[in-house]
Amino acid sequence: MNACRIRVLGLSLLLPTTYLLTGCTAVEPWQRGKLAEYGMRADRDPLADSLSEHVYFSREAAFGGRSIGGGGCGCN
Amino acid sequence: MTLSLQKPRSRHAARISFLLALSLAWSAVSGAAEVGKPLPDPQGFAFDRTWPSTRGKVVLVDFWASWCGPCKKSFPSLEALHQRYKAKGLVVVGVSVDEDPAAMVRFLKQHAVSFPTVRDKNQKFVQTAKIAAMPTSLLVDRRGTIRFVNSGFKGSESEAAMRQQIEQLLGGAK
Repeated sequence: MNACRIRVLGLSLLLPTTYLLTGCTAVEPWQRGKLAEYGMRADRDPLADSLSEHVYFSREAAFGGRSIGGGGCGCN
Repeated sequence: MTLSLQKPRSRHAARISFLLALSLAWSAVSGAAEVGKPLPDPQGFAFDRTWPSTRGKVVLVDFWASWCGPCKKSFPSLEALHQRYKAKGLVVVGVSVDEDPAAMVRFLKQHAVSFPTVRDKNQKFVQTAKIAAMPTSLLVDRRGTIRFVNSGFKGSESEAAMRQQIEQLLGGAK
């Protein structure tokens, strides 16, 4: 009886998991047109990029690695 | 006692999982354009321009797209190969996988080439060839068998590799 219950439980977990896994799909090389669009780039807005960079280096004492280091005083 | 009864069952489950994983992996790689396999017959696919006559010729099929940076870099090399070997029996065919036909036309205006280019209308041809990267060039011999696959474009290195293979297939043409 116990083994039967375990089997039923296992199946009831396996089926939805299999169903969910089929939702995962690889984007083929020829389907990457949208991903290659300019709007998908992280650095698409140079002005916003430089402003957020300024905020970071001014406020974050530990921030660095992009050639500018801030002391955390907010005075840079 | 219970453990000894459970073991064969778990072994059985492991065997089934392994076979499942193997079949999934196989379905992922099967059908890919490989050396030794025939090129899918272009006549069975929809292109927005006429596929050139390639009967008895060595064919270089290049899959490209307007949004693909390395494809842009590969075009001068493909043009050079076309110019150099067209008289010796090489046909270069550019197959655009662009979904937007206007994007292909715009690209071809900016990067004009003299070899024929077609657009794989519903991306079925590229899906059948199942290329691994953009761009990919398939070098096909006179019998329609893929003899060389160039995945991606690495500048002069790729051009030299393609040239060497083309010369071999054309029978030592320089």
